[in-house]
Amino acid sequence: MPQAVPQGTPALSVRGLNFFYGKKQALFDITLDVPTGGVLALIGPSGSGKSTFLWTLNRMNDLVDGARVEGEVLWHGRNIYAPNVDVVKVRKKIGMVFQRPNPFPLSIYDNVAYGPRIHGIRDRARLDEIVERSLKAAALWDEVKDRLNASALALSGGQQQRLVIARVLAVDPEIILMDEPTSALDPSSTTRIEDLIDELRNAYTVVIVTHNMQQAARISDDTAFFLNGRLIEHAPTAELFQRPKRKETEDYISGRFG
Amino acid sequence: MEAKPLIARGRSHEGLRDRLGFIGTLFSVTIIVLAVAGIYLFVFSKGLATFFVNQVNVLDFLFGTEWRPTLTEEEGGPKFGVLPFIVGSFIVTFLSAAIAGPIGIGAAIFMTEIAPPWGRKAMQPVIELLVGIPSVVYGFTGLTLLVPFIREHVGGLGFGLLAGVIVLSVMILPTITSISVDALSAVAPEIKAGSYALGATRWQTIWRILMRAGASGFVTAVIFGMARAFGEALAVQMVIGNGKNMPTSLLEPASTITTVITMNMGNTVAGSVENNVLWSLALLLLLMSTVFIFAVRWIGRRGRMMSR
Ligand SMILES: Nc1ncnc2c1ncn2[C@@H]1O[C@H](COP(=O)(O)OP(=O)(O)O)[C@@H](O)[C@H]1O
Ligand SMILES: [Mg+2]
Repeated sequence: MPQAVPQGTPALSVRGLNFFYGKKQALFDITLDVPTGGVLALIGPSGSGKSTFLWTLNRMNDLVDGARVEGEVLWHGRNIYAPNVDVVKVRKKIGMVFQRPNPFPLSIYDNVAYGPRIHGIRDRARLDEIVERSLKAAALWDEVKDRLNASALALSGGQQQRLVIARVLAVDPEIILMDEPTSALDPSSTTRIEDLIDELRNAYTVVIVTHNMQQAARISDDTAFFLNGRLIEHAPTAELFQRPKRKETEDYISGRFG
Repeated sequence: MEAKPLIARGRSHEGLRDRLGFIGTLFSVTIIVLAVAGIYLFVFSKGLATFFVNQVNVLDFLFGTEWRPTLTEEEGGPKFGVLPFIVGSFIVTFLSAAIAGPIGIGAAIFMTEIAPPWGRKAMQPVIELLVGIPSVVYGFTGLTLLVPFIREHVGGLGFGLLAGVIVLSVMILPTITSISVDALSAVAPEIKAGSYALGATRWQTIWRILMRAGASGFVTAVIFGMARAFGEALAVQMVIGNGKNMPTSLLEPASTITTVITMNMGNTVAGSVENNVLWSLALLLLLMSTVFIFAVRWIGRRGRMMSR
């Protein structure tokens, strides 16, 4: 379960963030607080930098050749880009769910146990307990409890995405980043994931990228609108959709571009 | 002139080309099928003649340890025991696979996961070049460098199983590496990203995810390497010493099925029992390569099933 954070303290504070793919700048001077608890949606047209921004929040962009970050992402008061920060711990506590379900070519059980195992948990009983709890929390347990040793690749796309969420929950994160987690799923699987996010909001901070504005409106507490690598507007979701302050936001949510 | 006949003629041109294409490709396929069927039929009929025409006992052939094809009947011969060669073939095949397998897979991991992109770009053509080097070059190099080295630093004559194993290891290494590289490159980047996103290190990702994801590809790579080692004649013949006895040490001269065939085929008369026995050995080789091919296909199919 998430560590106790003083009320009102943001889960993440992004300060003056610039991001570069080689020479190409993809994010411009982003400053944004991710509130603790609840769901923050990132919306904006394709190519506006939503995924790039999400990837900077747990240093997944370290894996991109030629990527460079300026500015700060403060987490528990420390910049995750500071020189002696433990990336392993950052990624463990700030988990990520990808656009396309990406289960490992292992059994259902081993997929969920993967995270705990790499972080040093060997005890079988404890692993069993973590796997069961995580699969239950991801609303997948009932469907797979009789075939935990079957290949994860045999699951449907929607089940795979819930498995991936269980895999993230198994390492006990504080924050879960999701990059368009339902864009590869059918409507009924999408509904199940949205219901699941609605559950997760109580225990975790969720940041979700979506290009689907109805989805943002349905599931998020706050929404941030990105355009051309810039944060245009950030407000409580109802407010942003009903009374956008910026012209660009209004154009986007009324479907005038993107 | 009206337009219609023109179009019709255009169509019939197309039709002709279609038919020609069909006949042409059918012809090619027929040639291949005939060639394969011909080889199998020929090798089977020649290879089985030893047992049906020359009345050599199959068990004496397969499990006999004495190879004395020229021994006269008065002297108790001739003897056609090929077990030492079968054993020689399996020893060099498995030992070279045991050496080249881990090294090749390790090199593939280095190339795809550890070396910077330019390192891989530089190594890929080198590996491909090594795959294409004729085996006689490997054999000649082994004969010139390796055999004297073994003689001076390890013992024996230098010629022997050890030299054969080392030459074959070097020879199949690029094959194993390049197939393993393909297997690793086929692993979806999202899967690796998923591992890193859980806080896994690069080694954890390699050991626990990539080794699993690439497993069927690695097995395929090693079997291809073994098939090449098993069938290689020239390079092995140059360094293995061509001894006729059951090998008892890696430093002794020995033979493999292939080297016995190449060493003896020039000295025997077609239709003679000495010649037919060589065909029986060829039949053995053919059956083994068939086994290798089916193993590769079976593993490939299982690999695909698992990754669905
Ligand atoms: N690996 C990369 N290398 C170079 N440019 C990239 C890379 N990934 C994304 N970009 C560029 O960065 C910009 C933002 O992309 P992205 O963050 O994927 O947007 P979004 O998720 O909002 O669609 C785009 O112009 C895209 O072309
Ligand atoms: Mg995106």
